Amino acid sequence: MTENDEKTALLLLGCPQVPVQTSMALYLLHGLSQRGIRPVVAGTTAARKLMEVADPGRHYLGEMTDIDGMIDDITGNVRDFDLCFVFIHNDSGIAYAGTMSYISKAQVYALIFGEHAEELASEIEFPCEVVAAKAVHNPMPLKRRLEEVMQWAVSKQ
Amino acid sequence: MGCLEAMKPEIILSQASFKEAREYIKKNVREHYEVEPGYKIFDVHIIGVPPLYIGVEGDDLIFPYTKPCHGTFLVKVPGGEEIARLRARK
Repeated sequence: MTENDEKTALLLLGCPQVPVQTSMALYLLHGLSQRGIRPVVAGTTAARKLMEVADPGRHYLGEMTDIDGMIDDITGNVRDFDLCFVFIHNDSGIAYAGTMSYISKAQVYALIFGEHAEELASEIEFPCEVVAAKAVHNPMPLKRRLEEVMQWAVSKQ
Repeated sequence: MGCLEAMKPEIILSQASFKEAREYIKKNVREHYEVEPGYKIFDVHIIGVPPLYIGVEGDDLIFPYTKPCHGTFLVKVPGGEEIARLRARK
């Protein structure tokens, strides 16, 4: 979970269909690093490519890996994290967040966005912190909520 | 996806929710087993919120396969040794 007492966070990126996902993920990477928490990204191929193209100098991106490989590692007790942020805009996102809540010891944050954010949020029936904002193209509603979340995340360390 | 796709699974439900897949197995597959999220079958993990089920129908397995972009597919494939592994669980 922690390496040399360094706190770690996993960002789980699903389908990047909704525009705010990539910019919010980069913003969260920055915020976590600023607070001394080492972030790791796990995502689909397309989600990772969007991140790589958006941050070619790797100013924010550190370790990045395949989503299924990460689930392999966590279920196999190879590694775990202190915090886990799951980006959600569809039913699959809910399914992945529920899985993380079950297999990981991390505090799970369900970051729900997109046109149907409120409906999706109402489907959460497992232990996690729900952070929902109806954000599709404009990231500001989710950015405000993320700032609150990062305060919680740090204060709970 | 590798292995599972190479098996050319029969698709029972397409782009469904993990809850719809759960309900289908519970209602339509008499022999079914509850597994934990992350349970690995062939080369894929069962993704979702408990309870999650895998069904056995003859020599076939029926289980949900969740893709991040396309929702959950309920697939049916020859079970092989995975059926014995499933039945051996307590």
